[in-house]
Amino acid sequence: MTTSMNPSKPALSLGPVYYLWDGPKWRDFYFRIADEAPIGHVTIGEAVCSKRLHFIEPHVAEVIERLENAGKQVSLTSLALVTLERESQLVRGLVRDSCHPIEANDLSALHLLAGRPHSVGPLVNVYNGATARLLASRGATSICLPPELPMASVRGIVTENPGVGFEVFAFGRVPLAISARCAHARSKGLIKDNCQFICREDPDGLTVETLDRQPFLALNGVQTMSHTCQALIQELPELAAAGVSRIRLSPQDCDMAAVALLFDDIIAGTRSPREAQAALAGIYPNKPFSNGFHHGQIGAAWISAETGAEAK
Amino acid sequence: MELICPAGTPAAFREAVDAGADAVYCGFRDETNARNFPGLNFSRDELRTAIAYARGRKVMTFVAINTFMRAGQEQLWHQAVDDAVALGADAVILADFGLMAYAVERHPQQRLHVSVQASASNADAVRFLVETFAAKRVVLPRTLTIADIARLAKQIDCEIEVFAFGGLCVMAEGRCSLSSYATGKSPNMNGVCSPASHVRYRQDGRELVSELGDYTINRFPAGEAAGYPTLCKGRFDIAEERGYAFEDPVSLDVMDHIEALRAAGVSALKIEGRQRGKAYVAEVVSVMRRALTAGAAERPALVSRLKALSEGQKTTTGAYEKRWR
Repeated sequence: MTTSMNPSKPALSLGPVYYLWDGPKWRDFYFRIADEAPIGHVTIGEAVCSKRLHFIEPHVAEVIERLENAGKQVSLTSLALVTLERESQLVRGLVRDSCHPIEANDLSALHLLAGRPHSVGPLVNVYNGATARLLASRGATSICLPPELPMASVRGIVTENPGVGFEVFAFGRVPLAISARCAHARSKGLIKDNCQFICREDPDGLTVETLDRQPFLALNGVQTMSHTCQALIQELPELAAAGVSRIRLSPQDCDMAAVALLFDDIIAGTRSPREAQAALAGIYPNKPFSNGFHHGQIGAAWISAETGAEAK
Repeated sequence: MELICPAGTPAAFREAVDAGADAVYCGFRDETNARNFPGLNFSRDELRTAIAYARGRKVMTFVAINTFMRAGQEQLWHQAVDDAVALGADAVILADFGLMAYAVERHPQQRLHVSVQASASNADAVRFLVETFAAKRVVLPRTLTIADIARLAKQIDCEIEVFAFGGLCVMAEGRCSLSSYATGKSPNMNGVCSPASHVRYRQDGRELVSELGDYTINRFPAGEAAGYPTLCKGRFDIAEERGYAFEDPVSLDVMDHIEALRAAGVSALKIEGRQRGKAYVAEVVSVMRRALTAGAAERPALVSRLKALSEGQKTTTGAYEKRWR
């Protein structure tokens, strides 16, 4: 019997903070998650830029301890783009030294983790069941699918791989691209090698607008994100029925414990999607929600549950 | 170093062969390749004819099947690999792990190259592909400096191919869903980036506005040449700054660094441009062929001729030089 025939309620998971936050802010964020958020699994660490690591390093041990004491499972993310020798060494060190499960977010981590249980992050291209099967045969026990996957793909991949836990990116600005070049530094007249950690000024991303002043994208160091916040709310029952076992929330600079409580209510069925959406807009205001990727449409679009039509 | 040349049509294919390509790369006329544009690419019969033409002149044919299999539609990609092998492709260029696994299982003798879309940007990543799929060559993402490439080449048991001339992705290839976010058409799943079907130009007063889907990608004042609205080459506003947020409308040209690339251990130089016409392909391939064999004295003239062929005549060495970052 496949999991899709026996749906159980999915658990909540928290993805890594993609932004550069000051160490104490980062630590306090996780302390609050530990104390207040109904999240079973937390992935921490730096996925976006190797230059940022020293901001959080002093706090990693205490954050892990606090989260584990609160009964949460903790994983560590690997870097999404590894080009420099120093970055290769960082990934090797992480894999060698860590006693926590690792979430692979690039091919080098997949290589180093072969034969040992690990998870695969949303920045690895898993577009079909065969790829998931290959990764599972090498030790992947859970896979967070890429945010651009439509529901038909999610369903197909999950159905074909009943032994793997699948996670879907359900809340947060979508990581759309990563580059060797830092557009964030460039926007402030700097280059990556002398960036002065300027991305710290924008803890929720720096908005990119079209020349007609339409908010479009957000810069986060070498990563480009959506302006919209992906919010799979009305889709949660369908995801659960398809056998998705974890719902990923991606940290934004807002009250993520409240976001988690809200998603917990939706999954438990104690709050309607419509009510939850209004509440979510209160917790994370001023960013439009999107779910277009899930519906196989324009990623930035919001497809309304009632009509199935694109709302603008 | 081999010269790997693009062909979007049978006519461009023959021109590339005649102009001195060591290998020509092309794809089928569907979503299995990353240049899935209207009017481009090859039917099975066209590919059969092309491969015969190339083989008669001792030129290789590489078939790019370098998008990611959409779940539930894998047959389209499987068939593309089966047909490329049956038609005698010298290599298949793949990006999707699931498809690589299929190719290795069904066609263990087939030479497998790793597409730039797979984003293998370091030694451990390449080892993953060599050990898991017996990859013989990796096309490196445009994220590395020449020094990075030289260091990488020493650590891997795999040939290296790099982009030398033509269009330039600013983002790590195969890891970009910007176009999908704006248009719903995915580079990874549908093989299109900033598709023409979603492009619109409109006049607004004295400015020409280029749009992709619902988004303005650029505005050109009267007198400024209007370019195609490729999303990452657009002009945007960030706070009070207005400009090319990701990259200017430039193309890649590293022909000034041929010797450094050779010394770095690069096996093959790749020309981007399957969407280009046959005249462009013929000219670029023939000049590149001469530049590769020319002595130091002749080369600058050839290199400057190439520059004149670049889009907008502005070029960059991109990530190959550290300051680009």
